[in-house]
Amino acid sequence: MTRLFKTRELWLALGILAVIALVTLRFPRFSQPGNLLTIFNDTSILMMLAMGQMAVILTRSIDLSMASNLALTGMIVAMINAAAPGVPIPLLIAGSVVIGSALGAFNGILVWKLDIPPIVVTLGTLTIFRGLVFVISGGAWVNAAQMSQDFIQLQRGSFLGLPILSWFAIVVAALVYLLMTRTAAGRAFYAIGVNPTAAVYTGINVGRTKFLAFVLAGAISGLCGYLWISRYVIASVEVAGGYELTIVAACVIGGVSIAGGIGTVAGALLGALFLGVVNNALPVIGVSPFWQMAISGAAILIAVVLNGRSERTKGRIILKKAEAGA
Amino acid sequence: MTDQTATGRQLPDRLDNPVKSAVLSWESLLILVALAIFIANSFASPYFLNEWSLSDMTFNFTEKALIALAMALVIITGEIDLSVASIIALASTLMGLALQAGADTPVLVGVGIGVGILCGAFNGFLVTGLKLPSIVVTIGTMSLFRGVAYIVLGDQSFKGYPASFSWFGQGYVFWVISFELVLFLVCAVIFYVLLHHTNFGRRVFAIGNNATAARFSGVRVDRIKFVLFCLTGLMSGMAAVLLTARLGSTRPSIAQGFELEAVTMVVLGGVSILGGSGTIVGVVLAALIMGLVTFGLGLLNVPGIVMSIFIGALLIVVIALPILFRMWRQRKA
Repeated sequence: MTRLFKTRELWLALGILAVIALVTLRFPRFSQPGNLLTIFNDTSILMMLAMGQMAVILTRSIDLSMASNLALTGMIVAMINAAAPGVPIPLLIAGSVVIGSALGAFNGILVWKLDIPPIVVTLGTLTIFRGLVFVISGGAWVNAAQMSQDFIQLQRGSFLGLPILSWFAIVVAALVYLLMTRTAAGRAFYAIGVNPTAAVYTGINVGRTKFLAFVLAGAISGLCGYLWISRYVIASVEVAGGYELTIVAACVIGGVSIAGGIGTVAGALLGALFLGVVNNALPVIGVSPFWQMAISGAAILIAVVLNGRSERTKGRIILKKAEAGA
Repeated sequence: MTDQTATGRQLPDRLDNPVKSAVLSWESLLILVALAIFIANSFASPYFLNEWSLSDMTFNFTEKALIALAMALVIITGEIDLSVASIIALASTLMGLALQAGADTPVLVGVGIGVGILCGAFNGFLVTGLKLPSIVVTIGTMSLFRGVAYIVLGDQSFKGYPASFSWFGQGYVFWVISFELVLFLVCAVIFYVLLHHTNFGRRVFAIGNNATAARFSGVRVDRIKFVLFCLTGLMSGMAAVLLTARLGSTRPSIAQGFELEAVTMVVLGGVSILGGSGTIVGVVLAALIMGLVTFGLGLLNVPGIVMSIFIGALLIVVIALPILFRMWRQRKA
């Protein structure tokens, strides 16, 4: 438990509770279990995406193409469903993971084999993937009437009192947690983030590890592509436009260091939840939704100022410590 | 940007042949690409080779390119500023507020540029004063600045800018040469001199190559970075004046996506995203290329979103090709 809830995660959890408590003071119904579960369900997609982005950021990279990947995969799956309603939904979900992984692998291969900086690669694929959504759809929408009932209803079903969408988030988070803490690949993400040179000397293939992180981010983006489309029941070019930065924001608020090597599954989940709680609280306390963007901007800045204090001893000073200790 | 492996530097026993290195430089490649696109455009559309068409073409890139000039310097020092488009939104919104309060053209321009500098100074303070990574800071201020514009405007817009103000975005200095183009060319010359022919410029490169070494050599790293963020704010403020004047209205979604296009111009222009190298000539050529591509495709009735595929592919291909070429040569050797 102490590993799961380090101080940073604890403070963030307290911050979320404080927001909930403040809103509850004036609107008691806000903190009823049903409403909290709704907020969790609303935030599920962001939580999953934050998991993928965290893996990439841990390796000192960044994936700005996740939202475009989501839109492209979502559009492909929706068009398949519209054209062939008979295709079973589990197959479509598996397909969305495969397509998303392939798009992520495209990013990864450019980073791995050509050594192009990740921000440049994903800046390019950000526009390419979204452009492709337009190309394959011809700019048209796939709307609720064209989707099959199974396609729309699957995530709305309930299991043990929780919507299936929430279960997706829980399972993905659990898998990523196991990957990060119990497998060599997961530890490699941290190792190359903290010190790529040292990682090479311990036998880690830095390029391939980054590639795997991009494939993971792509797989999650693809899965979320299906979930997003079936949740909002519309597939269009604009789906999740600009969402890539919200995903990064969730990670940053959750204490994932943009310099790599620092970050936990719990932190990224809480970062996403914080944004979800704030976004859900605004309409309740009667603040115009137009405040959302400024508030999440301020939250990122506050989070990074607080994180910056605890990361101050990074970089060259750590080297000195290591040398002094040796 | 690819020489990241920590192999010791080899000192050459003679300087490179200046003619050979000029021919093989990134800039010559960009000129070739620009020429190829120019020729392809003139074959593809009969409307392309016309002085007014070409003049219209420049409006496609001038505002973004103004920002890219300053962004190039920021990226050369190893930082980045993703908040530029949001600075445009905030500056434009406050210009709109000033207009409502009865301000006339000189005050509007002053407000736009002033807000830009203040936003840049805020970024600069967070990055240099609090020692925070610029990519996170500017992702935060990107939401914050545009968020304030949304709070002020919501789903409304400001309209009714005076004609004397519109001239900045729509006026021509003489014949087909627009004010925007003249301003961009003047700024390009200023930035060229600043980066390549002043102490300040050398310090910018020094910081990008090794900030610690630069600090020990007496370069005021933080002060220079702070100035560069203010400069980027200033250029964004200027772009806000031009864009607002050209569109004649302010919406909170103004200039959406400009930050990525400005970064694309800078990287396409041969500036290393990791800092330490790059030229203003390259950035100007990259801006021209992006203007040519979008305008040429526009003449062919290609939708804007499909153009973005070309821009994205151009970015990756132009960076990947020299790397592939070098790998191929190494394999042969």
